[in-house]
Amino acid sequence: MKQQIEGSQAVAHAVALCRPEVMACYPISPQTHIVETLSRKVKAGEIGNCQFLNVESEFGALSVLIGASAMGARTYTATTSQGLLFMAEALYNAAGLGLPIVMTIANRAVGAPINIWNDHSDSMAMRDAGWLQLFAEDNQEAVDLHIQAFRLAEELSCPVMVCMDGYILTHAFEAVDLPVQEQVDAFLPPFEPVQVLDPQDPVSIGAMVGPEAFAEVRYLAHHKHVQALEAIPRISQEFQEIFQRTSGGLLKQYHTDEAETLLLALGSVNGTIKDAVDDLRAEGWPVGAIQLCSFRPFPSQVLRHAVHNAKRIIVIEKDLAVGRGGIVSSEVKLALQGLPTLVDTVIAGLGGRAISKAAVIDTVKAACLEGLEEPHFLDLNWEAINQELTRQAEQRRSGPTPENLLREMGLSGGKIV
Amino acid sequence: MSYQRVKFYQTGTFTVGNRLLGEDDRTVQGRNDRTNSLNSGHRACQGCGEALGARYALDAVMRATHNQLVAVNATGCLEVFSSPYPESAWQIPWLHSLFGNAPAVASGVAAAIRAKGKTAIRVVAQGGDGATVDIGFGCLSGMFERNDDVLYICYDNEAYMNTGVQRSGSTPARAWTNTTQAVGPEPGNPMGVGKNLPRIAMAHGIPYVATASVADLHDLETKVTKAMSVRGARYIHIHVPCPLGWKSDPAQTIKVARLAVESGLFPLFEAEWGVVTDRTPIRKQVPVEQYLALQGRFKHLFNPRDEQALEVMQAMADRNIHLYDLLATEPALES
Repeated sequence: MKQQIEGSQAVAHAVALCRPEVMACYPISPQTHIVETLSRKVKAGEIGNCQFLNVESEFGALSVLIGASAMGARTYTATTSQGLLFMAEALYNAAGLGLPIVMTIANRAVGAPINIWNDHSDSMAMRDAGWLQLFAEDNQEAVDLHIQAFRLAEELSCPVMVCMDGYILTHAFEAVDLPVQEQVDAFLPPFEPVQVLDPQDPVSIGAMVGPEAFAEVRYLAHHKHVQALEAIPRISQEFQEIFQRTSGGLLKQYHTDEAETLLLALGSVNGTIKDAVDDLRAEGWPVGAIQLCSFRPFPSQVLRHAVHNAKRIIVIEKDLAVGRGGIVSSEVKLALQGLPTLVDTVIAGLGGRAISKAAVIDTVKAACLEGLEEPHFLDLNWEAINQELTRQAEQRRSGPTPENLLREMGLSGGKIV
Repeated sequence: MSYQRVKFYQTGTFTVGNRLLGEDDRTVQGRNDRTNSLNSGHRACQGCGEALGARYALDAVMRATHNQLVAVNATGCLEVFSSPYPESAWQIPWLHSLFGNAPAVASGVAAAIRAKGKTAIRVVAQGGDGATVDIGFGCLSGMFERNDDVLYICYDNEAYMNTGVQRSGSTPARAWTNTTQAVGPEPGNPMGVGKNLPRIAMAHGIPYVATASVADLHDLETKVTKAMSVRGARYIHIHVPCPLGWKSDPAQTIKVARLAVESGLFPLFEAEWGVVTDRTPIRKQVPVEQYLALQGRFKHLFNPRDEQALEVMQAMADRNIHLYDLLATEPALES
């Protein structure tokens, strides 16, 4: 039944229907509404015998889930930004141990400077930790991906991050078709672990592995992601059969047939991009879009097929590999190796800066008519940047850069001076 | 299991010999049905106090839980010497995750046990002093304050031995380590630093805290057994000499541990809900010098003699004896 509901509440509803057994949480914006809601549901006895632990850090939260998952429990947490990076060691550990933990990432920028608004710097920083990473376009997809994530994680014995844009999705109220328990039960069987701590059948988990077997263990972790390339679309298809709607998959295409220029992005900006595509097409530009849902595993073959004969693909990404440029575009270039398609990198939306439809349209036109420098930063205030660069060149003790920039922009404490 | 003859060599110690005790009071380790949770064949050094302590502690837990035990291990010597594939020495379900998260992982195991209603299964987390007082301290404090049903055992050998003997927050005053070298005007670890984790554990108001030593293995087993009779967060801090890091004779591990206790430097006590409830009295206090002189890590205190340092360390031992009433002959403290 469709309901007007906040994204976080909707996700909490979906997670609860998945019958988690242990959740451990640590507050960080913008994921807090999800775990607040789940804590209430647990305390009210709405999620069976589920245990909810308020822990001392994000590192502690994921560590609790590592223990609980190894004990055979279905586990869940949510985090973002600094919290995700504080978990980093445990992220690699959970994946290395093959524990099917599901975690929401309410995507947010990583400081310094401290910034609580949306971009993808956090999950991109952890892209090689061994977790599957699925990105939701809207709150309906966020809900649906969580249900699929438990299925995927437990089938492969591999942890999954469901990434949804902080605030833009987590705090947005929109109509969501909320699943019911019977549907979720029909889709998601009880958790059958491949390894479990059992006094009747004792095993050692997490033992030291030397050079004689480490590479093989790592290959098998990679192999799980290769298997996920098949499992993700299959599970998405099975989801559709039960829930009567399409969600997830490796990627989605929007007017890619006969398109000469494609836009590619992850997450909620795809809504804006599709509107931009509509407008551009109305003006006669042969444009299309690809929404990448699975970033890990990266669907190279499917992407090559989707790009087909396009001349140019413009990757709009909310992250920055400092010193290199685009993270997503680098992956796209690698996937398209050997094809004549040009790949542009557009760094946009960092720290919550809005990506407008007009800016997307202008960027597409500029790319097609004049080409873009590599990487291209969308909507930078060059005047402020150049003033700061001049200041730094003129004096050694130029002071803290973010504060200088705010002053140069005439902003102080968020107010115009 | 075939019958194994039990021998007792340690005359002159508190180990009076099982033969003189009633059936119920005999050591777990002296029984034919002991579980060998940490089995033989592992790669610990000769004279390793930690291996000894872990073996006694876990077998006692196994007996107390009717073999319904899951163990979580922090990174460190114990994890490394016991586990390389394919030679795991663990006869129990055993999980190693990271260096700094063993208490949280154990909290997760305990939560899963609750969620699944399998509360006959109990969980023990264990780590060295680095994992406990330093890198895992935040997770440990969290586990304590939530009163999760976990027994955490710290095997304290007073430095990072697995990485080659570096200082930890549990390294004693003036001890040599590779990061507190015996050079300069105040050789070794500085005076007046370090943490007393049993007292910090007590400050969390958890149901049970105890210190133990491999010098008194019967006492160690008794405390572990008592800890398992209680639900909630429990903490046992076991003093385990490390011949490698302490530069002591591997054949003298028990003797060194005993002198730490008998000098008063490592007091043996129990506390419940934050209050000291019992202590093991010292029959005859020995000067700290006897303890220090057996260890190469304190060699610089004797060549030439550093009277001031020795006096301060004697004062530390005397303070413990006063604080825990260790010389009194009464069996228990007045509360």
